[in-house]
Amino acid sequence: MTDSTVLKLNGLSKQFGPVVANDDVSLTLNRGEVLALLGENGAGKTTLMNMLFGHYLPDSGTIEVADTAGQLQPLPLGHPQLALAAGVGMVHQHFTLAENISALDNITLGSEPLFSLRRNRRAARRRVEEIIAQSGLNAPLDTPVGRLSVGERQRVEILKALYRQARILVLDEPTAVLTPQEADTLFENIRMMTNDGLSVIFISHKLREVLAFSDRIAVLRHGRKVGEMATSEADETSIARMMVGAETPELASAAMTPGAPVLTMSDVSVAGRSKRDTLNGVNLTVHAHEILGIAGVSGNGQSGLADVISGLAHPEQGLIKVNEVEIDTLSPAAMVQAGVGRIPEDRHREGIVGAMSVAENMIIERLDDGGVQSRGLLRREAMQANAERLAQAYDVRGPGVNAPARLLSGGNIQKLILARVFDRAPQLILANQPTRGLDMGAAAEVGRRLLEARERGAGVVLVSEDLDEILGLADRIMVIRDGELHQTPGRDREQIGLMMAGEPA
Amino acid sequence: MIRIEPRQTQSRAFTLGVPILSAVIALAFAAIPLLAAGANPIAAYAEMYRGVFGSVFAFSEVLTRATPLIFTGLAAALAFRAKLWNIGAEGQLYLGAMAAVAIGSGVLDVSGILLLPLIVVLGAAAGAAGMVAPTYLKTRFGADEVVTTLLLNFIILIFVQMMLEGPLQDPMSLGWPQSAPVLEQGMLPPLLERMRVHSGLILALILAGMAQFMLARSVWGFRLRAVGENAAAARHAGINVKRSLYGVAILSGGLAGLAGVSEVAGLKGYLTADLSPGFGYTGIVVAMLAGLSPVGVVIAALFIASVFVGADSMSRAMGVSSFLADLVVSMSLLCVLVGGFVARYRIVRASTARAAS
Amino acid sequence: MMDILNILLSESFWAASLRIATPLIFGVLGALICERAGVLNLGIEGIFVVGAMCGWMAVWLGAGLWGGVLVAALAGAFFGLLHAILTVPLGLSQHVSGLGITLFATSVSYYTYRTALPNVSSPPRIEPFQPLDLPILSDLPFLGSVLFQQTALTWLALLLVAVVWYVMNRTALGVAIQAVGDNPDSVDAQGLSVYALRMGAVAVGSALMALGGAFLTMSAFDAFFFGMVNGRGWVCIALVIFASWRPGKALLGALLFGAFDALQVRLQTEIGALVPGQVFLMAPYILSIIALVIAARSADYPRALLTPWFKGQR
Repeated sequence: MTDSTVLKLNGLSKQFGPVVANDDVSLTLNRGEVLALLGENGAGKTTLMNMLFGHYLPDSGTIEVADTAGQLQPLPLGHPQLALAAGVGMVHQHFTLAENISALDNITLGSEPLFSLRRNRRAARRRVEEIIAQSGLNAPLDTPVGRLSVGERQRVEILKALYRQARILVLDEPTAVLTPQEADTLFENIRMMTNDGLSVIFISHKLREVLAFSDRIAVLRHGRKVGEMATSEADETSIARMMVGAETPELASAAMTPGAPVLTMSDVSVAGRSKRDTLNGVNLTVHAHEILGIAGVSGNGQSGLADVISGLAHPEQGLIKVNEVEIDTLSPAAMVQAGVGRIPEDRHREGIVGAMSVAENMIIERLDDGGVQSRGLLRREAMQANAERLAQAYDVRGPGVNAPARLLSGGNIQKLILARVFDRAPQLILANQPTRGLDMGAAAEVGRRLLEARERGAGVVLVSEDLDEILGLADRIMVIRDGELHQTPGRDREQIGLMMAGEPA
Repeated sequence: MIRIEPRQTQSRAFTLGVPILSAVIALAFAAIPLLAAGANPIAAYAEMYRGVFGSVFAFSEVLTRATPLIFTGLAAALAFRAKLWNIGAEGQLYLGAMAAVAIGSGVLDVSGILLLPLIVVLGAAAGAAGMVAPTYLKTRFGADEVVTTLLLNFIILIFVQMMLEGPLQDPMSLGWPQSAPVLEQGMLPPLLERMRVHSGLILALILAGMAQFMLARSVWGFRLRAVGENAAAARHAGINVKRSLYGVAILSGGLAGLAGVSEVAGLKGYLTADLSPGFGYTGIVVAMLAGLSPVGVVIAALFIASVFVGADSMSRAMGVSSFLADLVVSMSLLCVLVGGFVARYRIVRASTARAAS
Repeated sequence: MMDILNILLSESFWAASLRIATPLIFGVLGALICERAGVLNLGIEGIFVVGAMCGWMAVWLGAGLWGGVLVAALAGAFFGLLHAILTVPLGLSQHVSGLGITLFATSVSYYTYRTALPNVSSPPRIEPFQPLDLPILSDLPFLGSVLFQQTALTWLALLLVAVVWYVMNRTALGVAIQAVGDNPDSVDAQGLSVYALRMGAVAVGSALMALGGAFLTMSAFDAFFFGMVNGRGWVCIALVIFASWRPGKALLGALLFGAFDALQVRLQTEIGALVPGQVFLMAPYILSIIALVIAARSADYPRALLTPWFKGQR
C-alpha cells in the first residue's frame, strides 16, 4: 500500500485568532485516485488545501509527498515554491490567471528564466499541446485569457498545473462555475488523467457529483475530519448527516396563491460591458406571495438582471413596473422608494460600507427618512435605537452596533443587510446569491426570512447559481442564459440543467 | 517568515500618537541634512525653537503662516475623505486670490460694508470653479483628477502671470507684474496690533469646526464618508455619488480659494505670481498628518507653520538653506504614511516550519 | 497658413521637436514600466528633479558625462525604491506616497544644491553632451540633419523605446511584469515573487524617469535651475494613458507633444504680438489635459493598478 501512497497529511492544525480552521486532520491519497473532500462552507476544506500548497503555515502537523521514485518525502511547510516543485498543483476557485496575456503565457509563466533575451516558445507550445492531447483539456492557446469562457479558463488553470508536472492535483469547487454538462466533461477529463497516474483531490459541497465521480470521500466538519469511506459504500443521507451534523433542515413551504403582480419587466434590454451584465429582451412577472427562482450558469446575465431590479443599470429599452407603477428613471434611490428591497450579490463590495459603523450601515438606505434625520442632521439616538432593535430582531452578532461593519463575520454582515432590507417590509425583494459563502445556519436563516416575506405578501426574485437552493425555495423557476430568460416547464433537475447549458430540453 | 495582518481594532493611542511621533521623527531626521551642511543640530533646533516660541511676534508669525495651510489642509482633507484626489489646491488658491483682487481693488463700486463678504464669497466661488472643472472631466470622461488638477496648477499660474501683465496689472506699479491693492474696506482686519496675524485665521478656525461637525453629524457628511469609503456600496444604497463628488469638489475648491483670499485680503494686500510658496501642496501634507480630520488639520497646520517659521529664522541665524523646512515637511508626510501602516497592520513573525518527524 | 507649412517642413523644427520630446520619452517609458507592473508613480516629478540635479552635480564634480548619467539613474532608482517599499510590501496609498516622494525628492535636491553652492548668483555651467555625428545615418536626407543635431541622450531614449518594447513583448520578464499588473495572484501562483517584480519595475522605471531629468541639465541646458522640471513629470503621467501603456505609442505621444511645443515657440515669434506669450506657455499643459480626456474613456488600465497585494491574502 505504501508504494502507491502519493500524499500523506499528518495531524494538520491551523488556528486563525480564536477560530479553529483545522484540528488534527490526517489524510492519505493514492496514485490514480480521486479523493473528494466534502464539507459545508467554513468546514476548513480550503484552509487544509492552502496548507498543503504552502500558502498557510500549519500550527502543527506534517505533510509527506511522494517523489518521482514513489518514495514519500517530508514537504517543508509554508513554501508554495517547494510544493509546486514536489508536484502539487492547485486550481483555485478564483482563477489565478492574468487576463492581458495569452493562455500559453499564463501556462509557462514562471517556468522559464526571467532574464533571458530569448524564449523557447516552440518547445513550450509542443509540450502544452502534448498535454492537451493526453488530457482532452482543450483551450485556445494564443488568445488573451480575458476573452476565454469560464470553462476554457478552468482548463487553462489545470493545464498550468500539468505543465508544471503536477502529480497531485487539487481542484477547489471546480464545478461552481460550470453547467452540469460542462462539469461532466471535466470529470471525463479527470478520469483520463487519473488513468495516466495523476492523483486528484477535489473539494466540493455537492453530494451528487461527489457520489458520481470520486473513489473515496473524506468529510470535514468544523475543521475536523468526521468521516472517510469508499464512495461505493457511501449514500447520500449518511454523508449529508456527516457534513451537517444532523438531518438537513427541510424548508417547508406550503403552496400559496399568487396575488397581484409586484414586478413586471417587458422586453428589457441592457447593453452591458460583458456577458454577465447584458440582457436581451427580458420579460418577467413576479406576483405577491411568490418566489421566482432564476437559475443559470454564472455570468449569463444574472448581474444585468440584478442591476435592473436594483436600479443600477440603464436599460436601452423596455418597461419596468413595480407594484403596477411604471418606473421611468431607474436609480437605486427610485427603487428603494418604490418599495424594493435588495440583497446584493457581493455583500462586502455593495452591501456595506465596511469602515462605517453597523448602526450607520443600517440606515444607509433611508437617509431622507425623518426617522433618522431632521434638517440634514443625523438623529443619533434614533439611529442607535434603530440599530439595537434590528440587531436584536435579526440576531446580528459582533463587537457592537458602533463598531465598524467590516469587523462582522460574513454571516452577520448578511444578517445586517437582511435587517436593513426586511425591516422596511418591501413589496418586492431581490435576493442575489443570498447564501453564497454562508454557513448552514445563516443560509437557513436567509431562506426562512424569504419565505416569511412571501407569506406576508411580498414577491421575491431569487437569483442563485445553486440549483438546490432554488429547487428548495422557489414557487416558479426561470433559466437565464446569454442574457435571455426562459420559462422552465417543470422542476426537473436534469431538464433545467440542459436549459442552463443551452441544449434543447 | 514574516506576515502582515490587519489589526482588528485601532487603539486611540495610535490614532493620536502616530502623527505626533511622525512629526518628531521627521524633525529628528533633519539632523542629517543639518550635519551635512556643517551645522550643529542641537544649536539649530534651539534656534528653531526660539524662532517659533521666542516672542509673541514670533508665534504670531506662526499663526499667520498657519492660516492658509488650514484652508488648503481642509481642502485636501475633505476631498480625500471622498477619495476625490484634489491636488490642485495651489491653482485654486490663485483663482481665489485673483477673484479677490479683481473685485477688491475698486473695479466694482460696492459700498464699504459689503465688499469684504463679496470678496470672500466670490473668492471661494472662483476656487470652487477650479475644482468643479476637473470633477466634470472625471465623472464625464473618466479623466484622472490627479493629473488634471496637477496640470491645472501650471495653467492657472501662467494665467495669473498673464493677468498681472494685463488686465489686473496695477497702473501704478511701474511695469511690475503686480495687481492693484485691495481697498481698505475689503481687507480682513488684523487681530493684533503691529502683527501680521489677521482675521482670516478666525474664519479658518470656524470653517474647520464646521467641517468637523458636518462630517460627523450631518447627512451630507454621512454621504461623503460612504462615497469615500465604498462608492459601490454607497451607489447601491441609493446615494447619488456624482452629486456627493460635486458637493465636495465645490467645498474643497472653495476652501482652497479662501486660502488665496486670506493671503491677499488678509496679509499682502495685492497679488503677485509668487503669492504662495506651495501652500496648496503643503496642504496635502497637513491633511495627511491630520489623518484627514478637520480639527486635526488645525493642529497639523500649526506644526507645519512652526517648521517653516522656525527653519526660516534658523536659516538666517546659521546660514543653513531654508529648503530644510521643505525637507522636514516632506519627511513628515512619508513618516506619517509609514506610521499609518503600523497603526493599521501588525507584522507577525510566524514560527518557522517544524522539521518533519 | 503658408508660415505654418514652412515651419512644419523645416529641419530645425523637427530637430527641436525631438529635442523637446526626449525627456518625455524617458519619463513616459519609466511611468509605463511602473504602471504595467501595477504601481502608479507620482514621484515622477521629483525624480526628474533628482535626476537633473544629481546628473549635473556629478559632472560638475568631475565624474564625466556618462558618469553623470549613471549617477542620475541610480539616484532615480533609489527614490523609486523608496516609493516601491511604501506601496508594494507596505501597500500604502500610491497617490499619497507618490506625492510624498515628489516633495521629498525635490526638497532633497534643492537642499543639496543650495548646501553645496551657498552663494552663487549665476548657476555654474558644465560642458554638456554635444550633437552626435553618426556615419551613414547623418547622411540621410532630411532625417539625417534632424538626427544629426541630437545628442547621445536622445539616441539613448530612442534606443530605449525599442528595448522596452522588446522586453515587454518578447521576454519572459516582460510577460511577468504585464501579468503582475493585471492579476498578481497569477504570478504568485506560479512561484514568482509579486514584490520583487513590482519593486524591480518601479526602481527601473524611476531610473528612466531620472534620465529624463538628467537630459535637461546635461543636454538641453548646461546648468541646474530651481523649477526647471516645471510639470514635465505630470505631463508624462497624462501621456502614458494617451499611449495606452505601449512603448511605440509612448514615443508617438512624446513626439506629438514635442512637435506641438516646438510649433508654439515658433508661432510665438510669428504672431507673438497678437497674443500674450503666456497663451503659448499654457498650451502644452492644456494639450496634455485634452490628450488625457480623449484617451481616458477607452483607456485599458492595467487591472491591478493602484491595488496593493499582500502575500497569503486572497
